[in-house]
Amino acid sequence: MNLLKISGSPHVHSDESTKKIMWLVNLALVPMLLTGIAYFGLNALLISIVSVACCCLFQWLIEKFIMKVPTTVCDGSAIVTGLLLAFNVPATAEMIWMVAIGALVAIGVGKMTFGGLGKNPFNPALVGRVFMLISFPVQMTTWPTVGKWFPMSFDTVSGATPLGLIKEGVKNGQSLSEVLAAPDMPSLCDIFLGHMGGSLGEVSAIAILIGAIYLLCRKVISWHIPVAFIGTAFIFSGILWLADPTQFIDPLTTILTGGIMLGACFMATDMVTSPMAKSGQLVFGVGCGLLTIIIRNWGAYPEGVSFAILLMNSVTPLINRWCKPTRFAC
Amino acid sequence: MKTFKMGGVHPEENKISTNAVIEQMPLPKQVAVLMNQHLGAPATPIVAKGDKVKVGQLIAEAQAFMCANIHSPVSGTVNKIDVCKDMVGLPKTAIYIDVEGDEWMETIDRTPDIKRECTLEPKEIVAKLKEMGIVGLGGATFPAHIKYSVPEGKKAEYLIINAAECEPYLTSDHRVMMEHPEEICIGVSLLRKALGVPNAYIGIESNKPEPIRVMTEAAKKFEGIIVEPLIVKYPQGAEKQLINAITGRKVPSGKLPIDVGCVVSNIGTTFAVYEAIQKNKPLIENILTVTGKKLPSQHNYQCRIGITYNDIIKHALGSLPETTGKVISGGTMMGKAVSNLDAPTTKGASSVLVMDEEESRRRPETNCIRCGKCINACPMGLEPYLFSALVKNNRIEEAQAHNILDCIECGCCFFSCPANKPLTDEIRLGKNKVRAMMAAKK
Amino acid sequence: MILTAVLVLGAIGVIFAIVLYFVAQKFKVLEDPLIDEVAEVLPGANCGGCGKAGCRAMAEAFVKQGNMDGLKCPAGGEEVAKKVAALLGCTPEVSDPMVAVVRCNGSCANAVAKNNYDGLKDCAFANSVYAGESGCVFGCLGLGNCANACQFGALSIDPETGLPVVDEEKCTACGACVKACPRGIIELRKKGVKNRRVYVACRNKEKGAAARKACSAACIGCGKCEKTCPFGAIKVENNLAYIDFNLCRLCRKCVAECPTGAIHAVNFPPLPPKKETPAENAPAPAPAPAPTATPTPAAAPAV
Repeated sequence: MNLLKISGSPHVHSDESTKKIMWLVNLALVPMLLTGIAYFGLNALLISIVSVACCCLFQWLIEKFIMKVPTTVCDGSAIVTGLLLAFNVPATAEMIWMVAIGALVAIGVGKMTFGGLGKNPFNPALVGRVFMLISFPVQMTTWPTVGKWFPMSFDTVSGATPLGLIKEGVKNGQSLSEVLAAPDMPSLCDIFLGHMGGSLGEVSAIAILIGAIYLLCRKVISWHIPVAFIGTAFIFSGILWLADPTQFIDPLTTILTGGIMLGACFMATDMVTSPMAKSGQLVFGVGCGLLTIIIRNWGAYPEGVSFAILLMNSVTPLINRWCKPTRFAC
Repeated sequence: MKTFKMGGVHPEENKISTNAVIEQMPLPKQVAVLMNQHLGAPATPIVAKGDKVKVGQLIAEAQAFMCANIHSPVSGTVNKIDVCKDMVGLPKTAIYIDVEGDEWMETIDRTPDIKRECTLEPKEIVAKLKEMGIVGLGGATFPAHIKYSVPEGKKAEYLIINAAECEPYLTSDHRVMMEHPEEICIGVSLLRKALGVPNAYIGIESNKPEPIRVMTEAAKKFEGIIVEPLIVKYPQGAEKQLINAITGRKVPSGKLPIDVGCVVSNIGTTFAVYEAIQKNKPLIENILTVTGKKLPSQHNYQCRIGITYNDIIKHALGSLPETTGKVISGGTMMGKAVSNLDAPTTKGASSVLVMDEEESRRRPETNCIRCGKCINACPMGLEPYLFSALVKNNRIEEAQAHNILDCIECGCCFFSCPANKPLTDEIRLGKNKVRAMMAAKK
Repeated sequence: MILTAVLVLGAIGVIFAIVLYFVAQKFKVLEDPLIDEVAEVLPGANCGGCGKAGCRAMAEAFVKQGNMDGLKCPAGGEEVAKKVAALLGCTPEVSDPMVAVVRCNGSCANAVAKNNYDGLKDCAFANSVYAGESGCVFGCLGLGNCANACQFGALSIDPETGLPVVDEEKCTACGACVKACPRGIIELRKKGVKNRRVYVACRNKEKGAAARKACSAACIGCGKCEKTCPFGAIKVENNLAYIDFNLCRLCRKCVAECPTGAIHAVNFPPLPPKKETPAENAPAPAPAPAPTATPTPAAAPAV
């Protein structure tokens, strides 16, 4: 007979675990991976594989030889980072090796320097992505155009994202309506399906929505951050659009192009780097939305989601301090 | 259907002993009656070694304000008054009584007839509760006569009967409702009379459809008893949450239910009240569930207080299964792990829950991923993750400032934590430290 | 162009320098330089053993008082006391060096576990939840609050016995472990001549039979030691013997007399082999005939 165990109550535990959460997120990322492969072909697949493999490898190496702790690769969080990093780069052949450097920065600098999962103040995948954007500005903004389905060659024709087209066009003195009427500008339907230039995983709004709804149903994420983020971006860009339709694009195109959908549903909702209380999550989402639109319209870069989320990550501790959950009977 | 508004979890219900009819536990050879079976000061023994006692005879008297009388659960001879280790191994004072026959006090009405009429005045009812040593059987063992003496200037508006039985596994309340619905209703009427409130609400979770039906049927014959089905959610049976669920009122931090005009009583207590007032039977027996997923049989027993856990296990199961990992007195969420099976049961005991090795194992702790599940689960709107960090770093004053003392230790935070952090343990430690700090400041 | 830049920057620099100078003058804190000097000689571990918030606070207290009456740095010992006295210009308070002593011998072998603790690894919490794995309400819980409290790395939990071990070389007798232990097992005792000490390694106040039930090395309060002691250093109260280290003359008569081996003598050369038989076959509770005379604590199981 065993010795009787003693502990404080409670004596049961739900089946929640970090591992389960991370694998559910991985599962939710699969639709985006599939659409990425469908639009960008082998490049997309190879980039994803290299990114995930490198993230896992670097985490294992760091835990084994530097931190000297038991490895936590199996909890799936490195795979989440790897997939999100891959989804945030253009699916060009060069990226296959560049993404490995991004993975090293994401895992090494973004996550393990702070002590591993749960201790990092910034979203590791975004740290890796922004590092790559600053280090390889040309390669990171050279987008393959989407031609036929399942392109199998590694050679891609480079084009621009809708946001890039607009920014470039407006800078060159064209009016917005001219840019929008240009032949390489995708239609709204194409944008929704993801048939446009852009990063590997961010193009298809529908795939992102499928993944996000799945996570919402499994209660891995709550609606607060995505809704606040996308809603703010929609309203803010809508106000700008109403004020001057020749200068600013319409709100629907705003939220469907670029990384807003992916960022709002999968990057901003990263548990580790977002606020804990519901009210704080709303503040966080609103902040991300405002910053994104501000950077897009008045910043040097055509896209601002990564910077917006990283900036909001840095104020998360403050949000946690000020946005407390409602106390019982208060 | 109603429920409380904030937080809560839904653990696996595991009500596997609902169909086990209450059996009578045979008398043991010896009982040890602990002197502090209730919240507050221990009772003072009024018998000495060698004294003959009868069932229901007063053997220890409440001398402090927060205290309850204790009666002999058996007839026989007082063997000794000595130190006795309680179920977690801590030494307490107990009266040991060698059992001889089963001779009851003559005043106790042992007939099975239901006695409906009561001519006692409210004050007299409360006095009789005190005399009979009634305490709350919901877990806190709060002396009943204090609860039903509404302080000057306050007025009770609601009497709420807690039959939520939100803890997994426990079925003693379920069985009492099934077997003694009318007695319970009489008990509720008596308490209503004692408090002078118009209505009493019996809150039953909807996973007990049979008791809801039986109690609704029985309550029809009585005035002002309303059965209120509740959505299944833990901790529905916690006082503040139950008040919130039924009345929508919220008991503020540091206040008592009476401050919002509510008095909450456990359903088991109302049965004890009926027996005490109408049958003159002191609190000498309670109903215990003996259950466990891997046990060959499930039971509900009526046991004399002071019988040891080993006696109960021996009678119910022969011996503990080889794979036993933990024995719990109470439910899985708030019960206590028993380390000393030779310890006697007390008035507040509600179950002997035998957990399998695998079921009882705690999974290893990992890093907090700041998911906020503990915040969402907390029925008091607190931040368990923050307390964990503050207590670990000994920042006790900050923990107090974040209202750590509001925690009701329901265990929802630990239950829902994906990192398996022992949050409830840490908060309990923090509360102890805060109390020590406050005591030191005084 | 360059000249303007240099001039502008230079002017800004000068203006800030002037502002800073006046601010520094206005908000100058007059502090006795002696505080810095005293703080310098203090150990700087901020252990809190003196009761002050840290070494700096202690230095302030020293300088404010001007002498060392009632103030003592337990971690620094005699050496630091002399230095501080020299700085303050007073005579140092001389006291015997002390060391932390673990008064429990409830090792895994002596106090066999009857339960398996599976909760938060914190002695204070475990103490509020249950009696202890062996059932001894007074014994060491072995979860290491004392080791965590020690700023000097002098305490560690021996994985074999499950008890804390004090490294006498590192222990500064600051008393942090004494405060950390929820059961009051650790006591500061006189270090003793040649580090030799005799003490009762038990805190169990239960009656003999109950104490014995939980732990084979428990003090059962039999009183033999009290009768044996020629110096009246031992008192038995509440079924528990206590040796007053100020009266004890280290004769070790009590050690030989104790039926359970609860009295430990450490750092002594081995006794002449007369009472060898009862102690030798029990591996852990054989504290008295320490096999070596080394000053390391390896000879005794619980120090």
